[in-house]
Amino acid sequence: MALTRAQVEGIAHLARLELDPAELPQYEQSLSRIVDFIGELERANTAGVAPMAHPLPGLAQRLRADEVTERDEHDLYQRNAPAVASGLYLVPKVIE
Amino acid sequence: MTIDRRTVTQLAADLRARKVSSVELVRACLPRIEASQSSLNAFVTVTAEQALAQAQAADRELAAGRGGPLAGVPIGHKDLFCTAGVRTTCGSRMLENFVAPYDATVVARLQAAGAVMLGKLNMDEFAMGSSNETSYFGPVRNPWNTDLVPGGSSGGCAAAVAARLVPAATATDTGGSIRQPAAFCGVTGIKPTYGRVSRYGMIAFASSLDQGGVIAQTAEDCACVLRSMAGFDPRDSTSVDIPVPDYLAGLDAPLAGVRIGLLKEFFDTGLEADYERHVREALAVFERLGARLCELSLPNIPRSVPAYYVVAPAECSSNLARYDGVRFGHRCRNPRDLTDLYKRSRSEGFGAEVKRRIMTGTYVLSAGYYDAYYLKAQRVRRLIAADFERAFAEVDLLMGPTTPTTAFALGAKSADPITMYLNDIYTISANLAGLPAMSVPCGFVGGLPVGLQIIGPHFAEQRLLQAAHRFQLETDWHARVPERCA
Repeated sequence: MALTRAQVEGIAHLARLELDPAELPQYEQSLSRIVDFIGELERANTAGVAPMAHPLPGLAQRLRADEVTERDEHDLYQRNAPAVASGLYLVPKVIE
Repeated sequence: MTIDRRTVTQLAADLRARKVSSVELVRACLPRIEASQSSLNAFVTVTAEQALAQAQAADRELAAGRGGPLAGVPIGHKDLFCTAGVRTTCGSRMLENFVAPYDATVVARLQAAGAVMLGKLNMDEFAMGSSNETSYFGPVRNPWNTDLVPGGSSGGCAAAVAARLVPAATATDTGGSIRQPAAFCGVTGIKPTYGRVSRYGMIAFASSLDQGGVIAQTAEDCACVLRSMAGFDPRDSTSVDIPVPDYLAGLDAPLAGVRIGLLKEFFDTGLEADYERHVREALAVFERLGARLCELSLPNIPRSVPAYYVVAPAECSSNLARYDGVRFGHRCRNPRDLTDLYKRSRSEGFGAEVKRRIMTGTYVLSAGYYDAYYLKAQRVRRLIAADFERAFAEVDLLMGPTTPTTAFALGAKSADPITMYLNDIYTISANLAGLPAMSVPCGFVGGLPVGLQIIGPHFAEQRLLQAAHRFQLETDWHARVPERCA
């Protein structure tokens, strides 16, 4: 199934990616190839087969006690932030 | 004084016997790494100062008769494992300047075992690739022929071990990223059972498939390093609380009576004839060692690659949503507003293949397509896992080729993503089913290494390592070193 340019642009928006117009044909083509390729799954008979999200059977998600176990590493973590002030992450103004 | 051809096992023994010091080893390794960078590009970051400090500490421990099982042994880490205070890039511009605030559990455990980190190894961007060509830091080249790719995504790891720059390296495998480069570079690699090795501090690509493991020269070395890495970690909610056996014990156990299944689907038309010949010769070695061979068919295996290219991109699109240009990672200049900040930071920070996978994942998870692609692929995944379960009711191990061909030329497969994806046609199914799998050198075609793949049931790492070790006692493919690196 060929994806249209509008579809590729829509997907890019959902993924919060901005594609250069010059790159668009390349993504249109390669994503269409991929969609064709994975479309083959349609032919598999999966009637009555439950989806499998986790590769190990019979293991339930482990829970832990609701206790504080980590130290506050605020400053350490913010060293990787592109812009901070007074311990806050800076972003462009959201509300006028 | 170099690590020359010594294995982890030999180096650990020599260090303990004080025949060599860790500082001597590190001082010998560093210039070799430096000299190899222009031709192989295996490292993203070399941590010389830190390595010397760790080596001095290891030497003090060894002098005092203490030190862990890997005391003083130099190793490399795939640049996907977080290393406290050391840049961790995941092969991406997005994390070009990211300094991990903490150690991955794997890194911490190997350090506790005494291993010395020489640096961070190059890889496909966010582990998405089969040739190492998607790295922001440039492709790694294959030590057997530098016009060829080393495989991926753990290409730097495999190339560094093949060139004997490091005796062993940590690596990760989501769809073949340990086994395929190990096969292309003529080294030994193990991807353990999903949940066997902690994913804490391992930068996530596809969380239900990602698994850390080892690339080394021998199965014995894989056993030695894996023993120190594996085990329950409360910080990883998918880590499995099952005791880790001593992988080194029983490595010599005989293979008499072991039932080995040949996967019919792995000997398909895509497999190079000479590659197949070497794999069949390797199987004959196992037969001589007393194993019984039989052919098996797993009918859903051919759907592994399309199922993977729904599941993995879906998980990737969710995992990589965290790169927003706000808390860490690349940020664009002069964003107009928040959406512009997100979009341009991500578009500048990610390379083309990562964007393609994010978009594939976004598409298969989007309204109207979720059932048709994502749920469908998860159902097919269960069929594939069930195929393996039936097989392991009849045999102890499955064997076949690791890849359809030997290493290919740089640029040969980068034009079409499907051609590249099909490289992993024999490796992907083990990830979907969460099974442990290895690649072991088993021959050469035109001077290039051939890999034998061994797959086992969940938590059968010991059985895999034992089979691989017995094979390596009978053969010397794993001991061959590229001429230029000898």
